[in-house]
Amino acid sequence: MKPFTPLTRKQDSQPVRYLVVDDSVFARKNLAKMINAFGGEVAGEAGDGCTAITEYARTKPDIVLMDITMPQMEGIEAVERIVRQHPDARIVMVSSVGYQDNILAALQKGARHFVQKPVKPDVLYEIIRYVLSDEDAQGHSQAPATVGEARS
Amino acid sequence: MKMQLIQPFISAADSVLATALQGPTTIGDLTMERDDYQRKGCAVRIAIHGEIEGRIILDMTPDTALRVAGALTGEEVEESEQLVAETVFELANMIIGNAVTLLNDQGYQFKVLPPEKHPDEKSAANKAETEETAIYFDTACGRIFLDISMRYNLRSRAEHVPALSD
Repeated sequence: MKPFTPLTRKQDSQPVRYLVVDDSVFARKNLAKMINAFGGEVAGEAGDGCTAITEYARTKPDIVLMDITMPQMEGIEAVERIVRQHPDARIVMVSSVGYQDNILAALQKGARHFVQKPVKPDVLYEIIRYVLSDEDAQGHSQAPATVGEARS
Repeated sequence: MKMQLIQPFISAADSVLATALQGPTTIGDLTMERDDYQRKGCAVRIAIHGEIEGRIILDMTPDTALRVAGALTGEEVEESEQLVAETVFELANMIIGNAVTLLNDQGYQFKVLPPEKHPDEKSAANKAETEETAIYFDTACGRIFLDISMRYNLRSRAEHVPALSD
């Protein structure tokens, strides 16, 4: 994997902390490797939506990478519950199922962005950079066209 | 079998394999099968129900699965039955998810059941109305097989699509 300029938290320049939520250990491992390449650290992992909610409260991550199709509680419902309790939560959906209805549902529940699997590291990096940016709310930063890129 | 139903799976497999394995893939000949599916190694079966229904099998030898696992994680992997199975599951999930995205955006409504390990040497006999399309992909990790059995469920489709009026 090519080297990336480390992404750090704006408030204290510390490494960005991530919660990785996916029922596949394999997928979590793959995302953890990308997080490492981005200069971040994995604060917690979860294999379903229920665990994601408790892990979010425990770890207070800067970014959540959330799968959609999972046992017990799916990712979109977990997003809704996390955002209800933590309105500032920054959640990026990471799923192989990326049709419009699914994406819209996730965004309406409070997800900030969507990446389709298989995840390209440079695409995920740009999305995280965008989601972390405080400038996006002021329209200073241009959102990456991730869904289309990820599908290509 | 209609090519409109098969093409999304072939396109998705080609795209996912090229991206995930970070190398070129070559699509092999597409054949129509009438015989029961013969498993090549570790095979995962995913069923679809709704306006289109059927099943997809992704299959590869354990050696190929281990090389795929190494490519996906970017590191040497130790041989284990669990790792082989999880690799095939993960790859199947990505391919089917991408194909489902294409089909769903075309307006088809259906449900994808969780993947399960294809248990037998042969698939269950269900050849009354369907035929299988078999295709393989040659990758740097080895040959990966895809077997698709899919058909329109006209009754289900009719329930969702309003009748056209003159």
